[in-house]
Amino acid sequence: MSITVPKVRVPYLLLFPGFAFLFTFFILPIVNLAQTSTQTPIAGGDTGQYEQSFAFSNYIHAFLDNREQFARSFIYATLATVFALAIAYPLAYAIAFKSGKFKNILLVLVVAPFFTSFLLRTIAWKQILGEEGFLVPTLRNLHLLGQQTTITSTSVAVVAGMTYNFLPFMTLPLYASLERIDPRTIEASGDLYANGITTFRRVTVPLSMPGVVAGTLLTFIPAAGDYVNASILGSPNTKMIGNVIESRYFKIVDYPTAAALSFTLMAAILILVTLYIRKAGTEELV
Amino acid sequence: MSTKIKDATIPTIPFKARLSRWFGRNLLRIYMIFGFTYLFIPVAYTFAFSFNDSGKSNLIWKGFTLNNWQNPCGAPQICNALGNSIKIGFLATTFATILGTMIAFAIGRYQFKGRSSSNLLIFLPMATPEIVLGASLLSLFLVFKINPGFWPTVIAHVMFCISFVVVTVKARIASLDPRLEQAAMDLYANELETFRRVTLPLVAPGIAGAALLAFSLSFDDFIITNFNSGTLITFPKFVYVAAARGIPAQANVIGSSMFFLALAIVIAGQLVNRRKAR
Amino acid sequence: MALDPIAARGDLRLTRITKSYGDFKAVDDLTLTIPKGSFFALLGPSGCGKTTTLRMVAGLEEPTVGSIHLGETDITTTRPYQRPINTVFQNYALFPHLTIFENIAFGLRRRGVKDVKEQVDKVLNLVELPHLAQRKPTQLSGGQQQRIALARAIVNRPALLLLDEPLGALDLKLRRQMQIELKWIQREVGLTFVHVTHDQEEAMTMADTIAVMNEGKIEQMGTPADLYDDPETAFVANFLGQSNLIKGKVDGNDGDNLVIDLFGQKISMPKVRSHAVDSSLYAGIRPEKFRISRTGSALRGNTLTGGHIEDVSYIGVSTQYVVAMPWGQELMVFEQNDDGVPPFNKGEEVVISWEPSFTFGLRGDEDIEAGTEVNPEENEE
Repeated sequence: MSITVPKVRVPYLLLFPGFAFLFTFFILPIVNLAQTSTQTPIAGGDTGQYEQSFAFSNYIHAFLDNREQFARSFIYATLATVFALAIAYPLAYAIAFKSGKFKNILLVLVVAPFFTSFLLRTIAWKQILGEEGFLVPTLRNLHLLGQQTTITSTSVAVVAGMTYNFLPFMTLPLYASLERIDPRTIEASGDLYANGITTFRRVTVPLSMPGVVAGTLLTFIPAAGDYVNASILGSPNTKMIGNVIESRYFKIVDYPTAAALSFTLMAAILILVTLYIRKAGTEELV
Repeated sequence: MSTKIKDATIPTIPFKARLSRWFGRNLLRIYMIFGFTYLFIPVAYTFAFSFNDSGKSNLIWKGFTLNNWQNPCGAPQICNALGNSIKIGFLATTFATILGTMIAFAIGRYQFKGRSSSNLLIFLPMATPEIVLGASLLSLFLVFKINPGFWPTVIAHVMFCISFVVVTVKARIASLDPRLEQAAMDLYANELETFRRVTLPLVAPGIAGAALLAFSLSFDDFIITNFNSGTLITFPKFVYVAAARGIPAQANVIGSSMFFLALAIVIAGQLVNRRKAR
Repeated sequence: MALDPIAARGDLRLTRITKSYGDFKAVDDLTLTIPKGSFFALLGPSGCGKTTTLRMVAGLEEPTVGSIHLGETDITTTRPYQRPINTVFQNYALFPHLTIFENIAFGLRRRGVKDVKEQVDKVLNLVELPHLAQRKPTQLSGGQQQRIALARAIVNRPALLLLDEPLGALDLKLRRQMQIELKWIQREVGLTFVHVTHDQEEAMTMADTIAVMNEGKIEQMGTPADLYDDPETAFVANFLGQSNLIKGKVDGNDGDNLVIDLFGQKISMPKVRSHAVDSSLYAGIRPEKFRISRTGSALRGNTLTGGHIEDVSYIGVSTQYVVAMPWGQELMVFEQNDDGVPPFNKGEEVVISWEPSFTFGLRGDEDIEAGTEVNPEENEE
């Protein structure tokens, strides 16, 4: 309960600088992006010169030309999220319930790899899983891998890289909500004739849902727009929508298309997230 | 009636059953070991290869050397890139922490019209893919004929860090017992003194944590930086660009150093907390 | 300029204080004077408005209507830090990031007092915890924290010390001990204490004067004995200890006494002890004032015949009986086990008797269930 403050304006004063900043450098750019997305190149002008023409057809073209990459992005992101959840859940559970006095150390260790540049880590995987590493030749010698098959430059590597890189984003919210579970509810479940698996299914999992929702969102959203993993660990066949947007900005200068693609990506994510949250139950995420 | 138990044999569990019981109890612990190993493989690899006598391209192991560690700036541009990353990191962290803390206090402490919309506004940047954040900012800068470079990058970093700062500090504020501030006022501290002597010291760990988080996010950022830095090289950009021709081992040195440094800071923080509580 | 409120001294006067939250009145037109130097208790169940009243005196809430005076000074709208009033909070609210010494010194430092160390040491000795000065609050037990919270408030020698259910979190034995210590400290230091509690035993043990509050209003105010022996409403009769309330009709006078008809049986009670406004009333008798005897014994005072023992509870010091009367009501009787006579048995037919002057009379339209609910320990906020 806050004490009644005489100056009612205090919160607004506190908010103003930060919100002014966010408005200028977040809202305005997005609005500008929307505006760019319906522009067309000026006939006879230089590259990079556009005029507003309310060309909503940009969206249609952008989506149709790149539907393969869109689909791939969402498939990869979903796979990475699912794998991350599968790997992170037991890990978070183990830290929350089975780590005794090492809990804090283990939490630090989960986040620690984060401290090495994520590019260095991703490139490390590329080299470990690549031709020059020792893994691939070994697997080939054991005839577990064909002579022509590589691990890098495949969609498997891209998804694996994404899973790895987003693991802390999945683990921490899961841990936070598992940790909040009163161990006595688990004891009560056992007291009421539920065995270990049933307790897990009917008590632990439902109680950890807020963490699951938060973790999956924190993983899926950045994963859908990622392009670094695809770029380093993949090939031209594994291009994601992020790669397309990047190239439309830097290689083939085509701002309207890039803008349209960005918006479509954002819209698609927002729709999916809204449906997901509604299904999983509304939580206070922030 | 007394029963003689002395001569009864204590039943022993057969070895197989004991083994499976041990597995059942420790399955999760075993999994944890595998899990953490998996997490640390690339880190270990990076660290190992920082000792590689590799020359320009650090792809195959050529031999052990301490040269890279003795000469971390040996590769061209690398210390320039590192310096930029650190400068940008400090500036972005400072601004994001100040702005974000103010917002956190406003939302966390006061009831006002538009509180829930404020929460939404803070949530939006976290829900937007980095590529959209970076691209939209670049577009804006281009419209105003501002060239991408150092300050646009700082601005971009502040922008995406604010939300994380707000969430972190807000959580800390929420756990603060409002009665402590009431007690301070009851003991003759006016609003400003209460804030200075009670509120701020108690929220400080949250602010510190938020600042650390902001710095790590900023230092490690690639996508947004890529869009807004133009010709300026930051450390992640350096690594990305160098990946094509071969990353110098010095990058591994710097990466590993950052790892150990950050680890040391966090552990030091934990120890300080533990001593404070004693 | 007007006198600095922080120098105000004297009696505390609340005049027609109302605190509304929308339609809900937490405190309803309350007027109260607390004399300087007394140990005053605000007693009532959760939600009765006692904590809200306390917070308004401390300055942590502002009254919707009404004024608060300390002596001659109007402190209604002054900020908490401008009032010479300190509070001992329910959960102690010790500053976790400061040592015990700094916690106690906090108020002194804000006021610019010079000999901080001397004063802190003195008050630490008063609460018998001088060795804890350099520890942090989290290292102390509940009882120790409570005493430090008290020390932190007392060291400022406020005109008024407010205690918001400070003993709630302590276990029974410690609580009893602290009640005695608090009373002693109050006498020693000579400050005015205002103690808010829902525990009627605590209030009666410690306070010189008790105000019983219910639903934002004061039901009755007086010394513990006044309130216990002569309650004016059913709420007070039931909230403080237990009461037997029997419906009756005034059936005539007998000098200074009233003759009351209770379901056909006649009793008498002093006129001055009746608060009824017409001929219908409730006759009230405390269970320990009843005497139980076998039918046919020679008895003095008022008697009620035809009772059967429904339940017997042997408590050690006393035996508690539930006696079913012919008109269907069950009466509670507490008998001291002080004469070696074995207790009565379930089912026995007995006669209840008592000294007429112990009877009190309540209005006939009172809700006799008022004040009997079992209140869970909950925060008023």
